[in-house]
Amino acid sequence: MYILIIGAGKVGWNLARELTQKDNEVTVVESNRRRYEVVEEELDHNIQYGDGTELWVLERAGIQRADLVIAVTGDDEDNILICQMAREKYGVERVVARCNNPRNLQHFELLGVKPAISATDLILRLIEHEVPKYGLVHLLDLKEERLEIIEMEVAEGSAAEGQMVKDLGLPDGSLVISILRDGGGFVPTGDSVVQAGDEVLLVLDIGIEDTVTEVFSGRVTA
Amino acid sequence: MFVLIVGCGRVGSSIAKSMLAEGNQVSVLDENPEAIALLNRGQDENWEDLGGSFTVGTALEIDALLAAGIDQADAFVASTDGDNTNLVIAQIAKRRFEIDRVVVRVLDPGRAKWYSEQGLQTVCPTQTAIELLEAAVRGQIRFEGVSG
Repeated sequence: MYILIIGAGKVGWNLARELTQKDNEVTVVESNRRRYEVVEEELDHNIQYGDGTELWVLERAGIQRADLVIAVTGDDEDNILICQMAREKYGVERVVARCNNPRNLQHFELLGVKPAISATDLILRLIEHEVPKYGLVHLLDLKEERLEIIEMEVAEGSAAEGQMVKDLGLPDGSLVISILRDGGGFVPTGDSVVQAGDEVLLVLDIGIEDTVTEVFSGRVTA
Repeated sequence: MFVLIVGCGRVGSSIAKSMLAEGNQVSVLDENPEAIALLNRGQDENWEDLGGSFTVGTALEIDALLAAGIDQADAFVASTDGDNTNLVIAQIAKRRFEIDRVVVRVLDPGRAKWYSEQGLQTVCPTQTAIELLEAAVRGQIRFEGVSG
């Protein structure tokens, strides 16, 4: 696979290293001369100096034949433009953009640049995952498909405790896909019994979270 | 009409003053609070007394664009010093706020050309200068130079 990475900061440089080790052909473009020289010592001819938002620089780096373009500069407007041009002008099938300021995510979406990855959002997700008081954890959002995979802890005294999966009374558009218990996990059948303290993974249609949450959370809300 | 100008440098401030003098409602957004000096320069009264408005904020921030009145704008000018910023906010103005008359200053002829083919009204001072200078070198046109 031929991969073009714009921006040789910590993210770009490490991505280049990893992707090269995985036998991809990688070219990095960096616009800061000093940074370019530092990274060039390791990456040799796999890095080019130039402004990766200029068409001729992208063309010199071979954007026309790229299978994947990764825009990881420190400027969101640059990352948006690079991905927009990669996709719409050069027909690159896959792009990945870094979103530095999570408030700019809406601009990436508006201009059709996806996926856009925000480190702040990723860290927030991890915090949600590590801090159980949130109860519900988003594991995966498939926005296009309007599906999500969530994780819920079964609270003591909840409607779900002690019930078989088929008797949980879950709304249409939701499905229990696994139960995590005592450090292990299994795919339940309709007869599997849910216990308090279980972590339950569900796939659901977007928008019915609240109904599902009611089943697994304690009846007495704090 | 209500004109919103984002980026108050030489270009943005000049357009703002002309548009206000022609009787339009004009709002200017710039991240630098000092930029209002360019709007006051050469005027009898200061910008806000003349009826213009000035908002300090970052072009990409929706809150700043809203504070400057983007949801009421009839015309939008993207004239910050960043080509990419201009191209992104112009598309926001067009697609999200559905402003018909959006004009964008883009210094790089390559991006200006491609985005104009995508339906944006881009103005490329670099390209304009190249064409004028070439014509003058060929002797096709003659000008005395710019005054003021």
